[in-house]
Amino acid sequence: MTAEATSKKFNIDTVANAEATPGQALPWAELGLKENEYQRVEEILGRRPTGAELAMYSVMWSEHCSYKSSKVHLRQFGDKVTEAMKEHLLVGIGENAGVVDIGDGWAVTFKVESHNHPSFVEPYQGAATGVGGIVRDIISMGARPVAVMDPLRFGAIDHPDTARLVHGIVAGIGGYGNSLGLPNIGGEVVFDSVYQGNPLVNALAVGVLRHEDIRLANASGAGNKVVLFGARTGGDGIGGASVLASESFDDAKPSKRPAVQVGDPFAEKVLIECCLELFKASVVEGIQDLGAAGISCATSELASNGDGGMHVELTNVLLRDPSLTPGEILMSESQERMMAVVTPENVAAFEAIMDKWAVEYSWLGEVTGTGRLIIEWDGEKIVDVDPRTVAHEGPVYDRPYHRPEWLDGVQADRFAPEQPADLREAVLELMASPNMCAKNWVTDQYDRYVQGNTALAMPDDAGVVRVDEETGLGVAISTDANGRYSYLNPYEGARLALAEAYRNVATSGAEPLAVTDCLNFGSPEDPEVMWQFAETVRGLADACQELGVPVTGGNVSLYNQTGGVAIHPTPVVGVLGVFDDVARRTPSGWREDGQAIYLLGTTADELDGSEWANLRGHLGGQPPALDLSAEKTLAAILVNCSRDGMIDAAHDLSEGGLAAGLSEMALRFGVGARIGLDELCERDGIDAFTALFSESQARAVVSVPRSEEVRFNDMCTARNFPTIRIGVVDTENQALDVQGYFNLPLDQLREAHEGTLPKHFA
Amino acid sequence: MTISNNETPLIGGPQPVASNNEDSPLNGVKVGVVTFPGSLDDRDAVRAVRLAGGSAVHLWHGDHSLQDVDAVIIPGGFSYGDYLRAGAISRFAPLMEQITAAASGGADALPVLGICNGFQVLTEAHLLPGSMIKNNDLHFICRDQRLRVENADTFWTSEYAQGEELVIPLKNQDGQFVADNYTLDELEGEGRVVFRYVDGNPNGSRRDIAGISNAAGNVVGLMPHPEHAVEAGFGPDSSARGEVEVRGGTDGLGIFTSVLKKLVG
Repeated sequence: MTAEATSKKFNIDTVANAEATPGQALPWAELGLKENEYQRVEEILGRRPTGAELAMYSVMWSEHCSYKSSKVHLRQFGDKVTEAMKEHLLVGIGENAGVVDIGDGWAVTFKVESHNHPSFVEPYQGAATGVGGIVRDIISMGARPVAVMDPLRFGAIDHPDTARLVHGIVAGIGGYGNSLGLPNIGGEVVFDSVYQGNPLVNALAVGVLRHEDIRLANASGAGNKVVLFGARTGGDGIGGASVLASESFDDAKPSKRPAVQVGDPFAEKVLIECCLELFKASVVEGIQDLGAAGISCATSELASNGDGGMHVELTNVLLRDPSLTPGEILMSESQERMMAVVTPENVAAFEAIMDKWAVEYSWLGEVTGTGRLIIEWDGEKIVDVDPRTVAHEGPVYDRPYHRPEWLDGVQADRFAPEQPADLREAVLELMASPNMCAKNWVTDQYDRYVQGNTALAMPDDAGVVRVDEETGLGVAISTDANGRYSYLNPYEGARLALAEAYRNVATSGAEPLAVTDCLNFGSPEDPEVMWQFAETVRGLADACQELGVPVTGGNVSLYNQTGGVAIHPTPVVGVLGVFDDVARRTPSGWREDGQAIYLLGTTADELDGSEWANLRGHLGGQPPALDLSAEKTLAAILVNCSRDGMIDAAHDLSEGGLAAGLSEMALRFGVGARIGLDELCERDGIDAFTALFSESQARAVVSVPRSEEVRFNDMCTARNFPTIRIGVVDTENQALDVQGYFNLPLDQLREAHEGTLPKHFA
Repeated sequence: MTISNNETPLIGGPQPVASNNEDSPLNGVKVGVVTFPGSLDDRDAVRAVRLAGGSAVHLWHGDHSLQDVDAVIIPGGFSYGDYLRAGAISRFAPLMEQITAAASGGADALPVLGICNGFQVLTEAHLLPGSMIKNNDLHFICRDQRLRVENADTFWTSEYAQGEELVIPLKNQDGQFVADNYTLDELEGEGRVVFRYVDGNPNGSRRDIAGISNAAGNVVGLMPHPEHAVEAGFGPDSSARGEVEVRGGTDGLGIFTSVLKKLVG
């Protein structure tokens, strides 16, 4: 079909037509705009918008794209950053992803994003395109993606709908990530009925680049050409950002499946290699991936970040479906597309690289000095806007919020557990429980080897990848969140999530450097949810400042609720750390007979919100107390131990406490240990049950070679950090022997630990 | 010298040696590693050749020249997305015509190793018999797999002992080797089953077959990934000899040293 014929068929709503027909009604409500927002569009334009303009504003002003409800709070991440924290920051919040200097001219870019709503509606494609989207963010910074991780949260493990989601989401992540050749090096799998109608599918990606290779999303230089390349534009994902990601689910409404995008990992793999070759040949001036809001977002953001305007002929867009209207083309979220700005001299070189990789491209228009984003359809003007009003000057809401009245009651409801009659059975029950069980049924569906640089992956504390083969320079990443802690106290919950990720990275031996976050919440229109959100951001920003690690980027996912029921506030926090040489990374399991096992930190009676309380169906009280200066000291000790070769294994204690920590360390390499709790109980004034199941923070277990014990103890004493010897590695007996309490053969522990997921899903 | 992370094959023309090892007596041997669109473990195969002491050369699927390489590795991945059938489109690549011709000449022919997707390509190209279908549990599987070397007389296994066991990562979606009984009997009878799964068949492959060769022994295909067990610190957690070292397993290195030593003679 020719453009002319298409134009006639659609009866295109041009700017001239909009001026001539001011009274014409437009479907702004169906596109997700509020009445006052629509009025604001009319004010900005001084007339009614055209259909195409309305499409652009509606997607770009959606919660998902504009952060209109969260912006006023997110500012704290910038406001609370000190000069010292910026030391390693090459690119901060606001670009596609933050970039951190890791030394020797190398930089790392990383970010975590949500793809929650699409993954509930269409699990396989939703999860797959979540991976695809975050990977394109990484590419568009100029980096080669080197690893992914996926923090996942599902409803109750035995709910009939959970298997549908687990199978689809895990297969989608694997199907896409494995085909891209990206090792999946960690993440989380959590089951809780609060996520039943709103699973959380967060995707993190890491990329590496040389400092000089950083690329930004801006369109500068009048006369430079604007090109769209990669997959063709189709009818998938229309309204993904506005009507799917920015509204709550409601049983009464029809399925939103057509708003989910469909992924083609092969196209993305080719796009990665092709973009890296473009960067290497220096033929692009600015680049932007197409994600939420598609061409609307790419054109308005590139133009608005640049120094002028942009002129685009929309009929030049290569289509999968010729019947798409201009508005649909502007809103389509078809995957595997990129937009770039190329100088006229580089056009031929650009085209040669496209041809080599057999990637389709079309020249859409050029950068102008007009300050306007003009989009034409077959020569007729259908969009004429100031791009800043679309991309950056959307509505900002300081939504009302207040502390929920129910919270006092919840916090007063302390957990008063009955002592389990048999601690051995209790450990088995804990380690077989949905949240503490082995996740290898999931992670064995992901490639953790590809690229040949994976130095640690699950089940170790952090994923570790080598960046430079010559020196061993590398990075560690961990993501953590605890929705129950955040439910009990959102301010502390956010700080606890950061502390755990920070501790995990340090436990692997890496120096924590930077933070990314994915803030998953219910509806911001609920003042109680909004309070949880505000408290979370305040807590996270404060804790980042105290630990000296900046937030470099991330994502907010709101409206995670079905009907009136919101998820627990779930701030997923990712911490990136750096290794001078990944060869010194510390694994999470002991191996050598006779090594001493030490517990770092102190244990208090802190079972509120714990996994054990969860198993007993209790959620109340306050989460464990957090002392960030103790976390800092512990991290410094763990990093030093790695550097000086003082420990052979380390594992942080968090969910499931010491019971989980010891079990996981023994199972890591199938090596047993003899443990004594008496001294610990006496020192900390607790009983054996509390010692095993409390979730007190700033703790880790390490195994120390005999030859290093003096040095290790001296270092902890010098830093005034409490440490206590609790046992010895025992390769003879394949058991976790907690003397005076129980002897648990590792075979039995492993069977319980590894049996749960296959039982439900295999 | 190592290749940088951003190395990509060039278009046509003579290829630079992607990596070599100046101190190695084997560095005169040039091993080509083919990149198709969608190849994933190509740079890993290049690294394995270098760690084994040889010189690696990137080969581009669309080229018509084998660049005078002494051996070829077709690496793992999802060439062309494997949307039709794994390896089904790649076999028609111009470079595959060259490889098929060079590999078919009997005992002196070009040694070719197909790993995972490369094995699938070799069966599609009829350089090896049989075919690969989806794993019997229908999932992608990534795990450290125990194998037994059933034939240590091929170009790619001569550094191992007959019957030696190895631990090598396995990662695939379509890894179930199938063939008719006549072909299977023939493979067994001629000693062309090169690797067999032990301690559990991961994907339902007929007769636990993990890798096979052609009659001349120069063409070998296997599903597990030896190039991911060549460097201490980045391999599987253990080796078949029972040592447990964090990602310390290097049992796959022998595959690459085998071909280098054979070719140096």
